[in-house]
Order: sequence, then structure tokens, then C-alpha cells
Amino acid sequence: MSSSHESHEAGGHDGGEHGHGLGAYFAVFGALLVGTWLTVWIAEKDLGAWNTPVALGIACTKATLVVLYFMHVRASSKVVWLAAAIGFVFLVILLGFTISDYATREWLEIYSDPLLSR
Amino acid sequence: MSDSHGGAHVANLAHHFEDLEQQREAHTLGMWAFLITEILFFGGLFAAYVVYRTAYPEAFANASNQLDARLGGINTAVLIGSSFTMVLAVHAAERRRKRAIFGWLWATVVLGAVFLGVKYVEYSHKWEHHLIPGPNFLFEGAPGGSEQLFFALYFAMTGLHAFHMVIGAGVLIWLSVLALKGRFDLPGRNAVEMAGLYWHFVDLVWIFLFPLLYLLGRHA
Repeated sequence: MSSSHESHEAGGHDGGEHGHGLGAYFAVFGALLVGTWLTVWIAEKDLGAWNTPVALGIACTKATLVVLYFMHVRASSKVVWLAAAIGFVFLVILLGFTISDYATREWLEIYSDPLLSR
Repeated sequence: MSDSHGGAHVANLAHHFEDLEQQREAHTLGMWAFLITEILFFGGLFAAYVVYRTAYPEAFANASNQLDARLGGINTAVLIGSSFTMVLAVHAAERRRKRAIFGWLWATVVLGAVFLGVKYVEYSHKWEHHLIPGPNFLFEGAPGGSEQLFFALYFAMTGLHAFHMVIGAGVLIWLSVLALKGRFDLPGRNAVEMAGLYWHFVDLVWIFLFPLLYLLGRHA
């Protein structure tokens, strides 16, 4: 029972509700549209090596808003927080270790890999 | 409420839960366990994308410029709009307003259908321009090896995403029928919320697919 009471308080409503209220939904919806426009706008600019990191930064911000507000994780109990976070931790491990290999092969001058002989 | 095993019966509470709150918590946790597998399902494709884009950056940028960023951007906005109407459906379900649940679920389905319609237009364009990977693939008049890889990933990722949307739309239509029948007391309300988690997850995937597939060569 203790964890469930927490979510009531975080939701800030009476017992039957778990969401964030319409105001927050409208604000997040607006922010997501602005983020989409910003992604398209900034993709036209030449930022050198920074185009992809900036695009992913905006995408991660949008994703965080969706998870916290639309998916109600912000108003959920700690065990739901943990479950939501662990999925992304797995993803970071999968992508992080993959990138740390493929993106750094040239540093070691290993060109025998057919993937890298352009 | 504490007398859970065969004692005082709470409507809509499955017998193996202590109370409605615990039942709801279990539903949410179960849904997130499923979404973790989904994150890794798409994660494998994102990893393949990272590997091949690292190996062939120019080919990926050139191939990406064949995609219609305007249509992709419009579709991103449409999908975000559908997430918004989904959240309003969940909001209505918490208040047990069945007409509002029905209306917002259908608004979500219609926006999802618009997304898939735009996707169909894009796919048929690719078909006409010989950009479907296979023996007939042509990129600027040449067979195009690594450009073909980009399009293989494009179709695998957007195709799997579209497939998820079709399933999601089916679930939402089913729930809308249940809503009209007035099945949205407490556990039914959970059903709308769980469908919402799934729908938002699909939106989440697209938020990453859009810049990674459509926009990566735009600045060049």
C-alpha cells in the first residue's frame, strides 16, 4: 500500500486519478510540436559533426516529455520509474557498446574489416 | 479491503489483488515489462543502423535525401497529435465519461490512419523510383550497394513501426466499442491507460526515426 499512496500524492488529485491535468498535456503537446519544428529547422544548418548530436538531443528531450507526462511515469510509483528507466538503460548498453566498437576501429588502424574498407 | 481472499467483494477487483490500487500498479508494471522488450526489439534495428551508418556515412546521407522530409515532418506532427488525443482518452477514462472516451479513441485512430496513409504515399513513391531493396533497386541510375542498405533499414524500421500502429489502432477500436457498452469502470479504465502506454511508445520510436532517417543529410 505504501507505494500506491505515493502515486496519489504525486498525481495531486483525488483517489481516482493518476494523470497530470489538461494544462500539462497541452503544454507537452505544444513543446513536442515546437521540438519537431526545431529539429527540421536545425537539420538544414551545417553544424559539422554536431548535426546528429543536436538532433538526438532534441529527440531525447521530446522522448522524456512523452515518458514523464503522456505515459504518466512522473506521477507513478518508484517501481514503475525503475521499470521505465531499466528499458532505456538496456538500450544504452546495447548502443553504447556497439558504438564504442564500430566508431573507434579506425583509431586502431584495423582496416581489414570489410565494413570499413570504403 | 484488507480481507482479500474470498471476503468482502470489491467490484472489478480480481481476487488475487489486495485492492484496486495494487491491481492498477500490477497492470502498469506488466505493461512496462512488455515495453522493455519492445524497446530492445527496435533497439536491435537502431544498432544495425548505427553500425552501417558509421561504415557508410556519405551513402546514408545521399540515400536519406531521397526521402520526403516535408511528409515525414507532417507525419511526426500527426503522430504527436494522436498521442495527445490518446492522453485525452485516458483522461476521460479516469472520469468514466464514455462518450468522451469513444470520441478521443476514434480521434486517435483517425490520426493514426492519416499517418499510415501518408506512409502509403511515401512507400509508393519509393516503388516508382526503384528504391525498394532487391534486384530492381536503382540509385541515381546505378545499382547502389550501400544506399540499398539504407533503404533496407528504412523499410524494416518504418515497416515495423507501421505494423505496431496497425495493431494499436485495432486495440483502440476494440476499446472504443467496450467504452460504449459502458465497460469502463475501474479495470476497464486501466485498459485504456495500458493501450495509451503502447500508443505513446510507438510515438516515441517515431520521434527517433524521423531525424535519423529523414534529416541526416539535409545540411550538406
